[in-house]
Amino acid sequence: MAENDGAGRRSVDDGYGQDLKRELRQAERQEKRRAIGLLLPALLLVAITFLAPIGLYLYRAIDNAIMPELMPQTTAALAAWDGAGLPPDAAYDALLADLAAGKETQALGRLARRLNYSRTGFRELVLGTGRNLAAVEARPAREALVEIDPRWGQNEWWATIKQESGAITPFYLLASLDLERAPTGEIERVAPEQALYVLLFIRTFWISACVTALCFLLGYPTAYALSLLPARITNLLMILVMIPFWTSILVRTMAWAIMLQESGPVNGALLWAGIIAEPLPLMFNRAGVLIAMTHVLLPFFILPLYSVMKAIPAAQTRAASSLGAHPLLVFCKVYFPQTVPGVAAGALLVFILALGYYITPAIVGGQDDQMVSYFIALFTNQTINWGQAAALGAWLLIATFVLFALYSRLVGLGKMRLA
Amino acid sequence: MQQRETPPPAQAGQARPEGFVRFADVQKTFDGETLVVRDLDLDIRQGEFLTMLGPSGSGKTTTLMMLAGFEVPTRGDISLQGKSIKDLPPHKRDIGVVFQNYALFPHMTVEENVGFPLLARRRPKAEIAMRAAAALEMVRLGGFGKRRPQELSGGQQQRVALARALVFEPKLVLMDEPLGALDKQLREHMQLEIKHLHARLGITIVYVTHDQDEALTMSDRIAVFSNGRIQQLATPRQLYEEPANVFVAGFIGENNQLAGTVVAAEAGGCRIRTSDGSEVGATAVDPLAAGQGVLLSIRPESVAVGLRATGRQNRVSARLLELIYHGDHVRLRTALGGSQDFMIKVPRSEIDGVPSVGETVTVGWDRRDCRAFLAG
Repeated sequence: MAENDGAGRRSVDDGYGQDLKRELRQAERQEKRRAIGLLLPALLLVAITFLAPIGLYLYRAIDNAIMPELMPQTTAALAAWDGAGLPPDAAYDALLADLAAGKETQALGRLARRLNYSRTGFRELVLGTGRNLAAVEARPAREALVEIDPRWGQNEWWATIKQESGAITPFYLLASLDLERAPTGEIERVAPEQALYVLLFIRTFWISACVTALCFLLGYPTAYALSLLPARITNLLMILVMIPFWTSILVRTMAWAIMLQESGPVNGALLWAGIIAEPLPLMFNRAGVLIAMTHVLLPFFILPLYSVMKAIPAAQTRAASSLGAHPLLVFCKVYFPQTVPGVAAGALLVFILALGYYITPAIVGGQDDQMVSYFIALFTNQTINWGQAAALGAWLLIATFVLFALYSRLVGLGKMRLA
Repeated sequence: MQQRETPPPAQAGQARPEGFVRFADVQKTFDGETLVVRDLDLDIRQGEFLTMLGPSGSGKTTTLMMLAGFEVPTRGDISLQGKSIKDLPPHKRDIGVVFQNYALFPHMTVEENVGFPLLARRRPKAEIAMRAAAALEMVRLGGFGKRRPQELSGGQQQRVALARALVFEPKLVLMDEPLGALDKQLREHMQLEIKHLHARLGITIVYVTHDQDEALTMSDRIAVFSNGRIQQLATPRQLYEEPANVFVAGFIGENNQLAGTVVAAEAGGCRIRTSDGSEVGATAVDPLAAGQGVLLSIRPESVAVGLRATGRQNRVSARLLELIYHGDHVRLRTALGGSQDFMIKVPRSEIDGVPSVGETVTVGWDRRDCRAFLAG
């Protein structure tokens, strides 16, 4: 090295240095350009089909454009109101105008639904007021509205409208954590009987952790055996591991539904063998979810672990035992620590995939086994509350990132081997 | 470490207790059809440096692995200090093993690697640290303890493996081609270092290699393996100068082989007619009778050329086909006794007597340097 440095310095003195550096840069620039050129199509594809849609979707978690759109005058009029007591007459006029416009464009239903998310009862309030707009005639707006529904004379309803009048709102994100903003603006917990999501998240993480643990228990010995057996047998077993991988997830889950039902083969076999006296409830409960999810995700655990185990030379364990270590010590001190990168990769893959599981719990799980994704689908497809769906998705994504960061801190991403 | 003591001369004459390690009628097959090791009887003496030498597939590594406990003999018994160890698992044998690719634990530091055998023996922490440091010092790696094996060079890794196999003071250390991955210069250096360690610690070393130079320079005795059998077990000198059969003669060092027929067998010697009709005297290794076909084996360096051949017991004429310059010596490829590539090695100092290519010259060798084996 010392010689190289000397030579390099000398060439600078000779006046070649600058030329050399420029030539090197030019040569490297070409290399870089080629690398970027090769990566560009894939990067564009990822950006267009993955990052952009996800970004747009996540934006819905805070998107509140509906309020300025459907209540342009009211939101403007409430901007100046301090939130105490009742809003000024101008706000009543504005509300009347917005409701009338909404009735004309038939957007009142959307507005009613949106406000009802934030405060139950708003649907009826808005739609009822809309139906009775004809009764207003030429009277002052405040008087007429309070007469149609006395709630327009109460502070809390107005406070909710004011709170939700911005183009973006933290409402969905808060609601996804069982939180809400009090009329005073403070964040507080929702009433216990309405709380749902924190428990849902805990359940989702717990099921994912259980599935990961089961995958470890089943996958570690399997991967170990695969790494030791001769290639011919390994190939055959590998195909058996991969078959679930190649089968549609719906098919696999339905197959489990058939297997696990009360009169299914699993119960049949256990009954026949005399292990149980009456059929075990394996469907529509946690056991079914864990069995089916573990089966589906097991290959994701085995494959990275197998490749790590395959790379550990047999001489390692031989050396350890020749040095006097009991097989148990060999495993704990020599073998297992070297497989940690594979375990880490497998566990991370399984856990993250499990977090987003939808079909399997939906089919073989019961009411108490549904995970976050189930509610995302529910809000997306049935109640059409996309803001709530996006907020749940956002929290799931954030939680995943946090876990990932924690994990890389503990295990070290550099150590992890995915294949 | 500069003033290291030189090793004592090989104590070949001194009587040592026999059978420190004993292989008795050991056989090993992996597939139930071919024998990898057959009818192996071998006594290894306490304190000796015994090398198992042979081409790959000759059974030497399998023999070593049976001794270490990683392979189970399909027949026969192996004993250490009079006690059978056939059914003893490797971790209870107290035998240090150095593997071909070192097999250092990549997730441990050098220090932890070397301390591992002591950890396995539940020694107290302070003792482990002290003895590991001493072992590293012994292989001249003091101060490397905190590094990872991957950060060391091949030679340094090899020394760590050595320290690890020695730190628990085993009576017996096995080495499976430990220098195979090193370059030539480092190899030669490490050969000496291992030899010195052996002399200093008085341990018994069983060493496996396919490199005959390594075997010749390091060993007290060498067991030449071929085809699952020990072909010859002898000191390096005996092995080189008195090979017991054609295989050993061809495997150890360089040898010219001439086909011939026995003209007359005498006590300890014989007259042989080579395929081109010339008659030479040779030392009979196998019992020979007139008319039998034999192989003559003559080392290139025992053949004298030109005037220097005067006075040798066998003198024949050879035609020089090629001259190959090697720096410290010259090799002559000659046509002689029916062979077209009879090699003769001439030291640089005797280069003046060498004729030019195409000429015919008289060459000669002594009877004892020409060994006749029954062709078979």
